[in-house]
Amino acid sequence: MSGNPTVGAAPGRLARTVILSVVGIVFAIPIIAMVEFSLRNLAGGYTIAHWAGVFSPTATVTYAIVFTGLGNSLVLAVVTVIIILVILLPTMVLVQLQFPRLRRVLEFVCIIPITVPAIVMVVGLAPVYSVVARLAGSSIWTLAFAYGITVLPYAYRAIQSNLSAVDVVTLSEAARSLGAGWGSVLWRIILPNLRRGTLAAAFITVAVVLGEFTIASLLNRVNLQTALVQVSRSDPFVAVIFSLLALLFAFVLLLLIGRLASDRRTRDHRKAS
Amino acid sequence: MTSTPHSTPAGAAVELIDVVKDYAAHRALTGVNLSVRPGEFVALLGPSGCGKTTVLRALSGLERVDAGNILIDGVNVVDVPVNKRDIGMVFQSYSLFPHLTSVENVEFGLRMRKIPTAARRTRAAEALDLVGLGHLAGRYSHQLSGGQQQRVALARALVTRPRVLLLDEPLSALDAKVRVQLRDEIRRIQTDLGITTLFVTHDQEEALAVADRVAVMREGNIEQIGTPEELYTAPATAFVAAFVGLSNRMPATLSGAQVTLYGQTLGVLGSPSAAGILTGPVLALVRPEDLLLVSSATPGSIAATVVASSFLGSLRRTQLALADGILVSVQHDVSEHPQPGESVAVRLRGNPVAVSSIDG
Repeated sequence: MSGNPTVGAAPGRLARTVILSVVGIVFAIPIIAMVEFSLRNLAGGYTIAHWAGVFSPTATVTYAIVFTGLGNSLVLAVVTVIIILVILLPTMVLVQLQFPRLRRVLEFVCIIPITVPAIVMVVGLAPVYSVVARLAGSSIWTLAFAYGITVLPYAYRAIQSNLSAVDVVTLSEAARSLGAGWGSVLWRIILPNLRRGTLAAAFITVAVVLGEFTIASLLNRVNLQTALVQVSRSDPFVAVIFSLLALLFAFVLLLLIGRLASDRRTRDHRKAS
Repeated sequence: MTSTPHSTPAGAAVELIDVVKDYAAHRALTGVNLSVRPGEFVALLGPSGCGKTTVLRALSGLERVDAGNILIDGVNVVDVPVNKRDIGMVFQSYSLFPHLTSVENVEFGLRMRKIPTAARRTRAAEALDLVGLGHLAGRYSHQLSGGQQQRVALARALVTRPRVLLLDEPLSALDAKVRVQLRDEIRRIQTDLGITTLFVTHDQEEALAVADRVAVMREGNIEQIGTPEELYTAPATAFVAAFVGLSNRMPATLSGAQVTLYGQTLGVLGSPSAAGILTGPVLALVRPEDLLLVSSATPGSIAATVVASSFLGSLRRTQLALADGILVSVQHDVSEHPQPGESVAVRLRGNPVAVSSIDG
């Protein structure tokens, strides 16, 4: 018997095509169905009237609840991103630099939310939010605390994959030996090198927050998803159109994550040559 | 010296006094004492885990010491944070900031010191010229070879005009040819600038080639410090003799300061008492060049059989099996071509450099 076993070898061109086609079809069918549905005319045939209605000048009044939900979701997305960047990112950097033994503990803590169903989380959060409402009011942004927990696993993974690829210990030691204080080390050295992970965490956070329904619904808050459900009861076409737009937005965000690093690398090469 | 980042020699005196460093239950430094003169180039040499990098990190401030004092120009710096110690450091792993170009990397230390932009640019360009990389100022680290990256790291460490330069195995990741080139370049630059330099390496050839003095470390302490010649010709201990240069371990009998091996009585260059033995059977450490290949008929010679012979460029090293089965290496001229299995003889032409206990 000669030759090495091909364990771990990349799939062939045909296998890749088949896999991508199957995955593509699984994703494409519901989206195509939604587009088809949004173009249906109740009298038969197809029309763009539903789409035109969404973009008409009176849409903000007609679908006020959706726009309110969208506004709330955007506020929540921004506040959740801030929570992630202000709390999770510095904690991860600190653990990497100063307390590497705590890395496993932090990972465990950050991954836990993915194992807890949203409904269970809400049961636990309900009494907490009654206290939060008394202390900080029941403004929509307070929901960001719960969302901060929900997005922890995704944000953690995005940042950690970047953190593992950069020798932040040596870089920070080099910067310190050159006279930099901890603030400069973090701002001028570590953060620029974690740019990709940080942006990915932020974009994933935005995508998750825009798609969240259970927590907002059970805590009686209005966000994009709860508003869409509400609108769908009276106008299912508009609900589907807004869902498609939200999907498109999330898709663009994910595309941006993939593009950022390669764009930077390409730009650097051009600049150097 | 307008083309260098220094206008005057910047060497500082460095002194480590009874420095102790513990990592949990492991004592990494067991009371290190070291004195480095201004402008001196000292290499810390030793096997992995002997504490040489810990000495460097303690001196730089990257590690806090548990006891002892570290003086730079007479000032105790044990409580001074790393970013205030005014020390330049080049790391073993490539430590260039990947998001900055070469020149931006070099400028970083000056930026931290709030040097005006114009002066910063001039000094960074001079530093890059000093290491021969002025033409690669706009390159990022991933666009440079390993040797080029370490040159930029050297320029970055030098541009701030530090009082002490610390080099933590900066050549270990480079290929052999680049290592030698950069090693010589580091020595040239250090001599030009007169900067006090500590250079950590586990490569004895590297240490002997560049350093004014070499400190051989073992198990958290300095076993011996001296010039390369002193270490090679008069090692204080068998460990130093074995670690610095090649040594043959030959059975002998010690009596005071004299040693008898294979019928010849010789003096010992190092101090036999350092091995803790005054008399009795020992192993004598004999350099390969102190054994001479001779014809079998030479009186007082030791019969041997050739095991293998290696061509090393300017010399040849041949391994021999003595009659009692002891294997020794002999260094000789390349014009001699001993063949494996050939019967030859060797004669001692120099004193053993040290002795060690029979089980050592």
